[in-house]
Amino acid sequence: MTTTPAADTAVTAAALALGDDALVLSHRLGEWAGHAPVLEEEVALANIALDLLGQARVLLSMAGDEDELAFLREERAFRNLQLVEQPNGDFAHTIARQLYFSVYQHLLHDRLASGDGPFAPLAGKAVKEAAYHRDHAEQWTLRLGDGTDESHARMQAAVDALWRYTGEMFQPVEGIDGVDWPGLESTWRDIVEDVLGRATLTLPEGPRTGAWRAGAGRQGLHTEPFGRMLAEMQHLHRSHPGATW
Amino acid sequence: MVTTTPLEEQLLELAGSVPDPELPVLTLRELGVVRAVRAHGTDSVEVDLTPTYTGCPAVEVMSLDIERVLREHGVREVTVRRVLAPAWSTDDITDEGRRKLREFGIAPPRTGAASGPVRVALGPTRTREGGPADEPEPVRCPHCGSPETELLSRFSSTACKALRRCLACREPFDHFKEL
Repeated sequence: MTTTPAADTAVTAAALALGDDALVLSHRLGEWAGHAPVLEEEVALANIALDLLGQARVLLSMAGDEDELAFLREERAFRNLQLVEQPNGDFAHTIARQLYFSVYQHLLHDRLASGDGPFAPLAGKAVKEAAYHRDHAEQWTLRLGDGTDESHARMQAAVDALWRYTGEMFQPVEGIDGVDWPGLESTWRDIVEDVLGRATLTLPEGPRTGAWRAGAGRQGLHTEPFGRMLAEMQHLHRSHPGATW
Repeated sequence: MVTTTPLEEQLLELAGSVPDPELPVLTLRELGVVRAVRAHGTDSVEVDLTPTYTGCPAVEVMSLDIERVLREHGVREVTVRRVLAPAWSTDDITDEGRRKLREFGIAPPRTGAASGPVRVALGPTRTREGGPADEPEPVRCPHCGSPETELLSRFSSTACKALRRCLACREPFDHFKEL
């Protein structure tokens, strides 16, 4: 089989988009190490981060040298969703981000795994991991939403605050064929609405993109906190090139 | 056409005899992660290894251990390839592997739970015996065998395990999650 350079370029672009989502969210979750509310949650978030890091390594290796891509690219070269770069906030914000992203990732990888495209092997593994991430996020959303007045208010504030970053997930990704993006979006919305309903929370209203163009993260336009996150993530590798354990 | 030579079978057994670095009671064969061994002549061998979880950090140590064992048996060149498809499932753990896990104090994964469509409802946090038919098979305490156990945390010492507690003997234990 021969592939045209154009097809290769598209697959590379898609590998970067999905790989950057996994890498950036993994780093954000890793920031909880030493700060999580309880020990079990510290371990859970670290394990979810590890799954995502494994996925990122496979995907970035499809696009080039994983270390160079992770540690030597500038902010504008990253193709991740703006949702995953959002700061951890309080625990409710982290759980809201997990809920929105893990439902999306689970649905997307389920579709990719059933095809025979270049992402099918990775998606076949990632879909199983994402099912656990999704379950974790759903259980916490229920517990916090249907918990105390304080936890309910914080969980509602978190799902509201991150809502505007959710529209971008359903912009078609160049290089991924055979995904019905509008169908993915309506299934995602139904699932999120169901979980929020059971958690006595209200599905946010309002725009699902900000003042920026939809799909901005996929084009390298990121929110302000991302630069600081990258500085910390890349600092060691840039300061000590070639450093190993 | 894929055929396995006697040499390859012997090498597969050797590669499979390596203990899992995180669960040393299990061998890689019992864990079901060594997929194939291909010999090119007598000097060069390629091993297909599949990770349990995509980010499993043990894979690198497994690769090094396989290389070391095969080199010790006279193979000059060993290449360990990481293969993702078909995705590893806890159903790939052998019966012997399950027995060893239980003896080691880890509740083995339930069989069949990982096949078919991906289940999102991962079951209630408590299990018991004789519940309704749609209730999943109970996770039994590896210490006293009681089916009445409860989930403490969905993630435990490694990504592949959950932390549970026995409601009968009150001992906490790790449960190898169905994947």
